[in-house]
Amino acid sequence: MIIQSKDLLGLEDLSAEEILGILDMAGKFRAVFDRPVRSVPIMRGRTVVNFFHEPSTRTRISFELAEKRLSADIINFSTATSSFSKGETLRDTAENLAAMKIDMLVIRHGSPGAARYLGNVLECSVLNAGDGAHEHPTQGLLDIMTMQQKLGDLRGKKVTIIGDITHSRVARSNIWGLTKLGAEVTLCGPPTMIPGGLDKLGARIEYDLAKAVADADVLNVLRIQLERHASKAFPSNREYHRMYGITEEVVRSLKPEAFIMHPGPMNRNVEIASEVADGPRQVILDQVANGVAVRMAIIYLLGGGDPGALAG
Amino acid sequence: MDFTEKAAIMNAREMQRAIKRMAHEIVEANKGVENLVLLGVQRRGVPLAAKLADAISQIEGTEVPRGALDITFYRDDLSKLGPAPQVASTEMPFDVSEKIVILVDDVLYTGRTVRAALDVIMDWGRPEAIRLAVLVDRGHRELPIRPDFVGKNVPTSAREIIKVKVMDIDGKEEVVVGEVNES
Repeated sequence: MIIQSKDLLGLEDLSAEEILGILDMAGKFRAVFDRPVRSVPIMRGRTVVNFFHEPSTRTRISFELAEKRLSADIINFSTATSSFSKGETLRDTAENLAAMKIDMLVIRHGSPGAARYLGNVLECSVLNAGDGAHEHPTQGLLDIMTMQQKLGDLRGKKVTIIGDITHSRVARSNIWGLTKLGAEVTLCGPPTMIPGGLDKLGARIEYDLAKAVADADVLNVLRIQLERHASKAFPSNREYHRMYGITEEVVRSLKPEAFIMHPGPMNRNVEIASEVADGPRQVILDQVANGVAVRMAIIYLLGGGDPGALAG
Repeated sequence: MDFTEKAAIMNAREMQRAIKRMAHEIVEANKGVENLVLLGVQRRGVPLAAKLADAISQIEGTEVPRGALDITFYRDDLSKLGPAPQVASTEMPFDVSEKIVILVDDVLYTGRTVRAALDVIMDWGRPEAIRLAVLVDRGHRELPIRPDFVGKNVPTSAREIIKVKVMDIDGKEEVVVGEVNES
């Protein structure tokens, strides 16, 4: 079995072998996208519930697409349309779902640890689609897959993550996954946006953008979560852009083959200049396509997918 | 699966002869090679399809297009059992619609692999016809599937294993019968 646990809670819990195994499977699923029929029947009759307790567009759609391409049955619900608005607890909601015999629960929740809590309570597989500022493992995996496609083996490769590290579950999943695969991770952003202690996870911290990107192979540019801090962490969008925005000038200072990633949704001309976001060095849409393949691989593997035993 | 080899039932020359005969039968049944494509089932069906294609092109003097099918995502036994080898790739370098597809596998047993392979092909297009060529038919079908071209019929018991070895994967060419080790 490629994934040891019944759940996917974070990249902190996965070994390098598990991560590489998932990415290998994801590569097989990408091939399915090029066919006339873009789904395979392997998860027919399995039920997956997508429970989004926070707004999400691309992660939710990506999960849904992945499930549909595996022929699973899908139930979607979000907080606004559920009994959450009537005051039911997370556990009660989840246990009611489990009583209806579902096979898998995909959960996006604002509280760090929500997915782990449900994983411990429920018998079915739980997939973390983002829990507060803690982890977003499928985003981490699709980022790593995109880097791998460009760079091959990530050992010794230099990845610089720029932006609001404090509020970013994407950053945490990237750090866990990338360091396990031997990449060198640098974190860059205003000191108000980089919490203490992340160097203990094996990441280097560099507040000066020019120094942080000089020898990078990849920039992973995080979204500034404008809704989370109106005025506390940095003076203005324009000042942030001037200090830490990825402009054409920054791009010119990169190594010639270095490329730029962004998990979306973008704030154009805040963390990334519009010309860079549309420019030749970004791989943002590759990330989106890989996201569906990574989620198919995880759902397949957690659903009991044996990656091959071909019978006679 | 762990098993002990009991006897070799085909050597390299016998395999090659069977493939040559099957090639003749395919050409005869199809009245030539027009519209013909070969699809090998991963993994050992793929090198066997290559051998069949070579034999057919020697007879007819034209190349026959071929591809490879991986049926893993179409299996009917998704479970937590089994070892973990690689999922191989599906390679379909042509449009199967309106083609006569010769599906090639090493051993025909329960028929479940062929059932899955038929579904894979249908998801790529609508062939005019699909025929089945197998090097060894060992019986014990669980589905109403029968081969059109057979290298060798080998009556077996359910406890036995038929193992086809090919140069590219196993470093030698032969067909052996073995028995599953009780553990």
